[in-house]
Amino acid sequence: MTAITSDAWATTVEELERRTSPRWAVSDALVMTVRLLRQIPRIPELLIFATIQPIMFVVLFVYVFGGAINTPGFAYVQFLLPGVFVQTVAFGGAATGIGLADDLQKGLVDRFRSLPMARSALLLGRTTSDVVRNGLSVAVMIAVGMVTGFRFHGSALAVVAGLALLLAFEFAFSWIGVLIGLSVKSVEAAQSGGFIWLFPLTFASSAFVPVDSMPTWLRGFAEHSPVTVTVDALRGWFNGLPVGSSGWQALAWIVGILAVMVPLAVTRYRRMTR
Amino acid sequence: MTDAIVVEQLAKTFKTTRALDGLDLSVPHGAILGVLGPNGAGKTTAVRILTTLLRPDSGAAWVTGLDVLREPQRVRARIGLTGQSTAVDDYLTGRENLELVGRLYHLYAGEARARTADLLDRVDLVDAADRTVKTYSGGMRRRLDVAASLIARPRVLFLDEPTTGLDPRSRLGMWDLIEALAREGTTIMLTTQYLEEADRLADTIVVIDHGRVIARGTSDELKSQVGGERLEVTVATESAVEAALTALTSFAAGEPVVDRATRHVVVPVSKGAGILPEVVRELDAAGVALEDLALRRPTLDDVFLALTGHAAEEEQAPNGRPGEGKGRRRGRRRGRDEAP
Repeated sequence: MTAITSDAWATTVEELERRTSPRWAVSDALVMTVRLLRQIPRIPELLIFATIQPIMFVVLFVYVFGGAINTPGFAYVQFLLPGVFVQTVAFGGAATGIGLADDLQKGLVDRFRSLPMARSALLLGRTTSDVVRNGLSVAVMIAVGMVTGFRFHGSALAVVAGLALLLAFEFAFSWIGVLIGLSVKSVEAAQSGGFIWLFPLTFASSAFVPVDSMPTWLRGFAEHSPVTVTVDALRGWFNGLPVGSSGWQALAWIVGILAVMVPLAVTRYRRMTR
Repeated sequence: MTDAIVVEQLAKTFKTTRALDGLDLSVPHGAILGVLGPNGAGKTTAVRILTTLLRPDSGAAWVTGLDVLREPQRVRARIGLTGQSTAVDDYLTGRENLELVGRLYHLYAGEARARTADLLDRVDLVDAADRTVKTYSGGMRRRLDVAASLIARPRVLFLDEPTTGLDPRSRLGMWDLIEALAREGTTIMLTTQYLEEADRLADTIVVIDHGRVIARGTSDELKSQVGGERLEVTVATESAVEAALTALTSFAAGEPVVDRATRHVVVPVSKGAGILPEVVRELDAAGVALEDLALRRPTLDDVFLALTGHAAEEEQAPNGRPGEGKGRRRGRRRGRDEAP
């Protein structure tokens, strides 16, 4: 540089080249996470998606369906909120692919791939920052839920377990979103392809109505879907009721989804060099 | 010491399109190589392979002595890339963008901050530093993009059509920056569609077409092959074409190109604007009525015509001039795969 005013330019690329310890991989993922968290308040669509939409879901479902759906043993708001939480983070997780498709379309991913950063950071930064973004959505929903009469009746440990499961579920769905985002050619395709499959998955579940109200052919699917088992576990933990095996089943789904999606997404990302 | 960039027999085929067909290059340390060629010639493919974004089907490449295919991660630490489409984050500020890239080059936070401040000054973005990039003009975004590729102080810088789409003023600013970087010892590989740009900046120019080098040399050497400036004459009547040709023979430095239907004569000349009064006198003396007379610098078209006998771009977008109106995505629209 013409005016080297500080030691800032003293480090040579040969020295940078040696900064490869695992600590830098962690740093890279964090840097990418911070980048995406900074975007949230600056992208109105994203902020609305993360806050206003969950509020609407809580309020609409509580007041529109609240009186009509029979939920034995529960006030509807106690039954419903775990369902709304899970549905919201399922959509929130799938939205991970949209941002990724946007980066790809704008050529930003090319820049990142030409940098000496850890290969894992791009995808890890996305999925990690989306856990935080969805955590924000959950906090907003809990606050609004409280206003409509929702209360936690479980132990503190049970509530924490429930919230942890919820965010783990989101993280798993985020990786499905990543795979979709890497596979489509445009942001628009990521938008439609990213969400369409979630409607049957979330509505044909125990999220909003008891599964035994469904026709038999649907019930078989609904009873074992990842959404149902996760909702059931949350419902138990948040209401101070036994969760049975649904907690383990939910965990098994999360681990299973990650075990399939992470390698697929990483392979797909690597293949992009060819 | 080996050259900063060495490319041997690179080949890459996309489906049926042969994007690179045995490309050879080398660039000495601290030099600027201008890679000149039309859309689809293989310029961007070459840059993408050298910057580790793409693997070739065959061939080899070294950047600062490192094998691009075997040690991509070490190569990445030493290079900077400004790709064909501007790669900055719209939702971050200019400052945040530069610090982000700095951190990803593994600069410490303090180093990244200090370098960012210097670079913002250098590319004249201090006042806009804390605004989100969404509010930037095209020229500002491109300057930020180039600044991002400088933050590691790379040994080798790849600039893929850095001035395409810029207004003339921004273009001049970019040229100044590129020249300054070269003076500081950065090796630069620059692709362009503009002969003028390669002419002004590059120590050596290679002209590529159909994925291989068809000419190389300094700008003067290439120009002498092309034959310097073009005298373009449009005469009033078709019968005057012969008279005009005869009158212009003494000025011609190469084979004239004649289009009788449009009454158009193009003559390569070796001298500059000084010959114009004499040309007018000669034509006048020969009784040639003129419709138009112009002296222009050789274009990419002329280079191609002279070197290959065909125009720069055969298949092209409707009503587009060669090298204009290109899409954001790489033009892989050459629909043929025969060896040239």
